[in-house]
Amino acid sequence: MRRHIGLGLTAFAAAAALLLAGCSGSDEPAAEQGPKENVKLTFWTWAPNMDKVVATWNAAHPEIQVTVNKQDGGDPAVTKLLTAIKAGSGAPDVMQAEYQKIPTLVSADALADLTGKLDQGTAGHFPETVWKSVTLGTDAVYGVPQDSGPMQFYYRTDIFKQYGLQVPTTWDEYAQVARKLHAADPKKYLGTFSANDPGWFAGLAQQAGASWWSIDGESWSVSVDDEPTVKVADFWGGLVQDGVIDNKPMYTPEWNAALNNGTQVGWLSAIWAPGVLEGNAAATKGKWAMAPMPQWTPDQPATGNWGGSATSVTSQSKHPAEAAKFIEWLNTSPEAVTALAKVSGVYPSDQPGQAAALSAPPAFFANQPDFYPKAAEIAKTARSFTFGPNVNVAYSAYTDEFGKAAQAKSKAGFTAAIKAMQTTTLENLKSSGFSVK
Amino acid sequence: MSTGSRAATRRPRRSLAPYAFLAPAVLLFAAFLALPIGYAVYLSLRTVKVRGLGLGKGSREQVWAGLSNYSKALTDPDFAASVLRVAAYGVIVVPTMLGLALLFALLLDTPRARARKFSRLAIFLPYAVPAVISSLLWGFLYLPSVSPFHHVADRLGWPLPDLLSSGNVIFAVANIAVWGGVGFNMVVIYTALKAIPSEIYEAAELDGCGQIAIAWRIKVPVVLPSLIMTFVFSLIATLQVFAEPVTLRPLTNTISSTWTPLMKVYRDAFTRDDLHSAAATSVILAFATFVLSYGFLRLVQSRAFGQENR
Repeated sequence: MRRHIGLGLTAFAAAAALLLAGCSGSDEPAAEQGPKENVKLTFWTWAPNMDKVVATWNAAHPEIQVTVNKQDGGDPAVTKLLTAIKAGSGAPDVMQAEYQKIPTLVSADALADLTGKLDQGTAGHFPETVWKSVTLGTDAVYGVPQDSGPMQFYYRTDIFKQYGLQVPTTWDEYAQVARKLHAADPKKYLGTFSANDPGWFAGLAQQAGASWWSIDGESWSVSVDDEPTVKVADFWGGLVQDGVIDNKPMYTPEWNAALNNGTQVGWLSAIWAPGVLEGNAAATKGKWAMAPMPQWTPDQPATGNWGGSATSVTSQSKHPAEAAKFIEWLNTSPEAVTALAKVSGVYPSDQPGQAAALSAPPAFFANQPDFYPKAAEIAKTARSFTFGPNVNVAYSAYTDEFGKAAQAKSKAGFTAAIKAMQTTTLENLKSSGFSVK
Repeated sequence: MSTGSRAATRRPRRSLAPYAFLAPAVLLFAAFLALPIGYAVYLSLRTVKVRGLGLGKGSREQVWAGLSNYSKALTDPDFAASVLRVAAYGVIVVPTMLGLALLFALLLDTPRARARKFSRLAIFLPYAVPAVISSLLWGFLYLPSVSPFHHVADRLGWPLPDLLSSGNVIFAVANIAVWGGVGFNMVVIYTALKAIPSEIYEAAELDGCGQIAIAWRIKVPVVLPSLIMTFVFSLIATLQVFAEPVTLRPLTNTISSTWTPLMKVYRDAFTRDDLHSAAATSVILAFATFVLSYGFLRLVQSRAFGQENR
């Protein structure tokens, strides 16, 4: 008896489903003919207060409404996105993507090519090296640059004065200052070599002229152990081996304490450093100053990048044209760029809007009124750097290998770590089937 | 369906009832255990092949990999190192944790114990602290420049060793596990002790047994099955150690991304975006867990549970 009822119910459900399907099927053409429906876009980002910036867009564009979905940060967002891409659904329309992650995302077919969907002049808003990060040197465009992280040297002016130290302009001088400071007070260090921050080391290598990946025709090549990188690794290995530079990772409670109590006297960091210092070492306000990076060849000043990201459209977006319009507004319109700098606290890559957006120095560096003009000069010297499709592999090899070397405080270990990074990165590309030269 | 209905009409209750009772368990087992394991095994036999630059659509495809993911995992020196490390970690954690749990349970069970409820709660409480939080707490205590222990010791002129250095970090991680695990195991053993009828103790006392002799000759043999159960639990927890080293990792250079086998699985799946290698390592790990726990139970069963079976 019961089975019959069940069958009946199933039949009824099936009929209902057919009816519903029929209804929606006949509805679709009608919707296309009628007035265009509002487009709803989702946007994954971890930039603070991005919802406030986006609210300006939503107010002016009722037909394209963007919802901000706050993410934890670059790595977890990429993991989530890749999972959604594999699953076939669940990805947002618009995604903040760190420059070093773009090749990985493109390789996983997670990002849409925006060729033809952006304004002709968009590329002209950005420095060439930054624009290259979203094209990967190909004809495609995988996003619009949002912020960059040109590197500078941050130091404690009061402690430099106390010990009669000069701000280093070359890496030789940096080593001398490090030795002099540590000799004067063995508890103090000019900086630390952080084996937990591959992006930091990549920036230092970039400054020296390295580019770890390159596209050669239809093949990748990997050169993590190129001459500039080995030079950088040897330099730091020597300082760590002599104990004049600390070997503990950054972003630990211990490092925060060291920034606060003046045992870490300098920090090779990027344009966003004021925000970090304000959060982690609030007691030192007004005691810091920013200077250009120490140089390898003083007559050819250069810097690297640590951080920075683009805004991309994902391959799952059903409205790539509308999404492209939004990210173009977000990263190149004067009102959005100003809001990004003032409300979200990012350092916009947009060249025309940058100066107006950053008229006053960051509050934590009120003592340095020319902070942003100086930073803009430094940013112009950023060298180009190509990221490959397995940056994550190279970066995790960095933390493992340099973790060992920094712990052992051995210069030879630093050289070996670079070789091991190269082997791991290259082998991974080869075994995945990438064409490699 | 048709056979089922005929059987049902002939012998209604008897043949259907057991299946009806079994159905929820079988369904849950199939949906949440058998299927995922089957899928993991399937994934472990596949791999992704990339063509050319690997950029753009259609440049990667999933292909059969045979056992190559397994051979890669088994010959990976990082994996071998992580297995040895976890073995050493287990040798430190399991005896210490179970030894302390047994000791505390026996102490609480002695007639002269005072403030029993408070002590039991105090020893059990760390178990209620999530591993991530306890690792953060201990992490702060380990870091020399922020640790109150180091601060006091330095003042007194007895410098403490750096617990996060290469040689010590395994003890630092083990300590967190022991701190968190003793309470749970103690409660299990203590509950078993409470089940022992007091006549046995009276008889033993009449025979001239002291408290230590009672503990050693009566209590320990009686709670042996509980000890075995807690041992198997601890063994499995050891093989799966993950949260503590992952939480401590950003604080130090000495914990690599493949410090334990599960960390290698995590790195393969989420850092390297290689689900297939991760699946192969997971299957190896699951198999090892099964062999070790089943093998151990077989080994001790006849001794510990012999009486029950007879």
